[in-house]
Amino acid sequence: MNITAYIVLSGILFTIGCVGVLTRRNAIVVFMCVELMLNASNLALVAFAKQHGNLDGQIAAFFVMVVAAAEVVVGLAIIMTIFRTRRSASVDDASLLKY
Amino acid sequence: MTAFWILAPIMVIAALGILFVRKAVHAALLLAVVMISLAVLYAGLDAPFLFAVQIIVYTGAILMLFLFVLMLVGVDASDSVVETIRGQRVLAMLGGLALGLLLVIGLGQISLGTAVGLDEANEGGNIQALANILFSRYVFGFEVTSALLITAAVGAMVLAHRERLTPKPTQQAQAAQRVQDYAESGKHLGPLPSPGVYARHNAVDTPALLPDGTAAPTSVSRVLTARGVVRSAPALAEDIQEIDRQVGGAPHAGGRDAATPASTTEDAPATGDDA
Amino acid sequence: MIALHGGETIPVVDPTSADGVFSLLWLIIALPLAGAAILLIGGKYTDKWGHLLGTALPIGSFVLSVVMFFSLLGRADDDRQVSQHLYTWFEVGHLDVGMDLLYDPLSALFLLLITGVGSLIHVYSIGYMSHDPRRRRFFGYLNLFVSAMLMLVLAENYLGLFLGWEGVGLASYLLISFWQHKPSAAAAGKKAFVINRVGDMGLSLAIMMFFVLFGSTSFTVISENVANASETQVTILGLLLLVGACGKSAQFPLQAWLLDAMEGPTPVSALIHAATMVTAGVYLIVRSNFVFELAPHAQTAVVVVAIISIFWGAWIGCAKDDIKKALAGSTMSQIGYMMLAAGLGVAGYAFAIFHLLMHGFFKANMFLGAGSVMHGMDDDVDMRHYGMVRKAMPITYLTFAMGYLAIIGFPGFSGFWSKDKIIETALADNWLVGLCALLGAGVTGFYMTRMMLMTFFTNKRWEKDVHPHESPSVMTVPLIVLAALSVLGGVLILNDWIVDFLAPVTGVGAHEDPPLPALVISIIAVCVVAVGVALAWVLIGKRDVPREAPQDVSFVTRAGREEVYGNLINDTLVVNPGRHAVAGSLVLDDKVVDGVLTGGPMAVGALATVGRRVQNGYVRSYALSLLAGTLIVVLALLAVNLT
Repeated sequence: MNITAYIVLSGILFTIGCVGVLTRRNAIVVFMCVELMLNASNLALVAFAKQHGNLDGQIAAFFVMVVAAAEVVVGLAIIMTIFRTRRSASVDDASLLKY
Repeated sequence: MTAFWILAPIMVIAALGILFVRKAVHAALLLAVVMISLAVLYAGLDAPFLFAVQIIVYTGAILMLFLFVLMLVGVDASDSVVETIRGQRVLAMLGGLALGLLLVIGLGQISLGTAVGLDEANEGGNIQALANILFSRYVFGFEVTSALLITAAVGAMVLAHRERLTPKPTQQAQAAQRVQDYAESGKHLGPLPSPGVYARHNAVDTPALLPDGTAAPTSVSRVLTARGVVRSAPALAEDIQEIDRQVGGAPHAGGRDAATPASTTEDAPATGDDA
Repeated sequence: MIALHGGETIPVVDPTSADGVFSLLWLIIALPLAGAAILLIGGKYTDKWGHLLGTALPIGSFVLSVVMFFSLLGRADDDRQVSQHLYTWFEVGHLDVGMDLLYDPLSALFLLLITGVGSLIHVYSIGYMSHDPRRRRFFGYLNLFVSAMLMLVLAENYLGLFLGWEGVGLASYLLISFWQHKPSAAAAGKKAFVINRVGDMGLSLAIMMFFVLFGSTSFTVISENVANASETQVTILGLLLLVGACGKSAQFPLQAWLLDAMEGPTPVSALIHAATMVTAGVYLIVRSNFVFELAPHAQTAVVVVAIISIFWGAWIGCAKDDIKKALAGSTMSQIGYMMLAAGLGVAGYAFAIFHLLMHGFFKANMFLGAGSVMHGMDDDVDMRHYGMVRKAMPITYLTFAMGYLAIIGFPGFSGFWSKDKIIETALADNWLVGLCALLGAGVTGFYMTRMMLMTFFTNKRWEKDVHPHESPSVMTVPLIVLAALSVLGGVLILNDWIVDFLAPVTGVGAHEDPPLPALVISIIAVCVVAVGVALAWVLIGKRDVPREAPQDVSFVTRAGREEVYGNLINDTLVVNPGRHAVAGSLVLDDKVVDGVLTGGPMAVGALATVGRRVQNGYVRSYALSLLAGTLIVVLALLAVNLT
């Protein structure tokens, strides 16, 4: 069994998530795209675990999930706070910190 | 591998869907598709524990959190299509394309050889093996994640907490406010009227009729009005006639249903809020 | 002994160690210095009695000086040089400078003059400054002045002399600009200080050259070895010393500060002109006689400078209506006489000192007299506003008259003896120089008579609300003492006493007969002065003096009023070019140097103005650049791996 296909799929998903972050303006969707990128990397990790025959990759993927969970909690709280004060979830609206 | 070839196109299409759908809810659902598919792939890659975690944590917890926040922010909030930053979309597409090509070409050129496989590592059970590693070699990292999670929980609480700056209005004050509003703007004192209730039909979307036969607009939810799905009583009557005709020879054509209580699900009156 | 051509010799400095009363030599300097320290550090706590202490201490020094003077007289002629080693000042490499004091006949006379006249001026100041809220500080500065001058004349080496020299410069700066609330006074102080720096540079260069040539700055060492130096070196040394002397003694071309120095209180002027400061230059030249005797060219330069100064000062004195400035002009002229005598060599040194002493008496007398007049005339200094003051101020008038008779050289008065001797010596040396000196005496007669007439005689010109009155006795007593000295000072020349007394320092000159008998020269001199006096009488005394200075006057008068364009010359030659150079270098600094230095930052700034647009606040833009970076890294990785 060859894992190249998994890796390529992982790359494609990562790229899609990347483009999503760059083009979507709704902060929540942007966040989803970030999650997509994390998941893509997780896939690669799990595939590599299979490739190398040890479980370190799976452990890493597990840690990524934990961190992602923490990140989502905090990130969504931040989005909530911003939305509460600005009545907008658009990432472009929060652009005061500039030249 | 069969599962992979079936799921891979679905995942890519779903992922691309996230890019292009306008409503955040749809994006969340598409993400769920990707994640569940990923869980299946994990199972195929000899990672049953991650399969479970992926479904429980990602799909179950994180995604639900997304939906929850979406509910708070407003389901109907959709992105504007117009790009505000000049050149951003084109450059993002080009950059993404370049990255994708590089990754696909670069990764495609790697000859990894045959995978070793996890049969040996998973011999005593995948979960046991993972636990062995996690609580030995990675125990420090594991403990640190606990600190991270606690911090995140506390942080989320702090961020989401809203300090009450004014004292909570008492019931008496609210009543006084109501009367004052009525005195100033003639706002209706009592609760809003309930929608029209018909025996054979879920009629939350149909306004109640006033004694003179006209519809009471405040009796249906604002949201339904905004969506444009409110139906008028005469239209409802026509529907009933149509159904009667299909059923075959209704005894009372065009008759209005008696005001009998509907089933419990349809009973909830869309009172809306006071605002 | 240094043998010179023509059979003259000058002695080397070879002092014996101080003992007996001479071991108190340091106390002479220390007393007024302590006074200055107490008054200036003690501040307002000494306000009540500060002036009394400040007067008592110089008097103490004077008493010590008198005691030592008579002790010195009791010694043999060749045993009259005493030195006291206080401590090693500093020791750097080969330079070993001790805090050594030298007491010899020259210092002795100077001590008497400085402490004597200085004390009288202190006493006078008690009255003159009685209404000034800062009188205590004034006395502190006066004490500093006196102690610095004492240090100057008592030092055994040039560095010690330089210490006193700079102390005098500092004290004069503080005192000239004492009324610092007046911008003119502050400017005058600065001017005196700056011009003195020019002279100081000459002196400090000379000191450095002494060290290079002789490895020491001690008079003893230098006077022993100076004969070994080449004539060029000695000439350069002499010229450098002359520059220093010109700065301190207000001789041409560094004379411009002297008239502005009149901004200070009148006792300061008296102190500067009579006892301290301007006499330092003459002292320096007489003290350095071992240098000048070996450098005839430098001596010629001294004579030239002296003659120019005589006429320059006299010219100013003739034209100025400000009584103090006219007196200042006369000082410049009289110091010119001293320099002339000093420039004449061995034959003249003693007469230079003699005239210096006499001048100290009568000029202090006249300055204090002028101060007394001003005191009575509400601090008005314009002689055109005086006239007939003698009725109102009889004592001032009489004492001033004594000074006047002394300075014009009225037979029998002190100035007569001293100036006569200088003219005589000058004639013996060179008839042209002698004639100049003679002519100068005549001009002196003219301008002093003019001052005398305009102030004390002629028509009354003061305003109605001015009530001239005699000054209190604390001011008139010093005047009387100084007047007596002006009259009687000439006794020092009796039997050539002063010449013999100073011989251990200045050497013994081969007696050169003047072209005419001494008596004839004296008669001629008196006649010349009489012509000057008569001219003044005709031009001023017989007419009504206008209250306002007439403007339609000859070029000569205008030039005199403008101090013979001394300031104009300085401005043209030094100040304005300097100002332009400063402005130019400022522009150079601003535009070129700063341009080079700030050009880079400016370019970076301009670039940043454009570049900061990148910070547009949109997170997605930043993410895009992140993607670009990622792309570059991935590309680089691929490039490395594929090759």
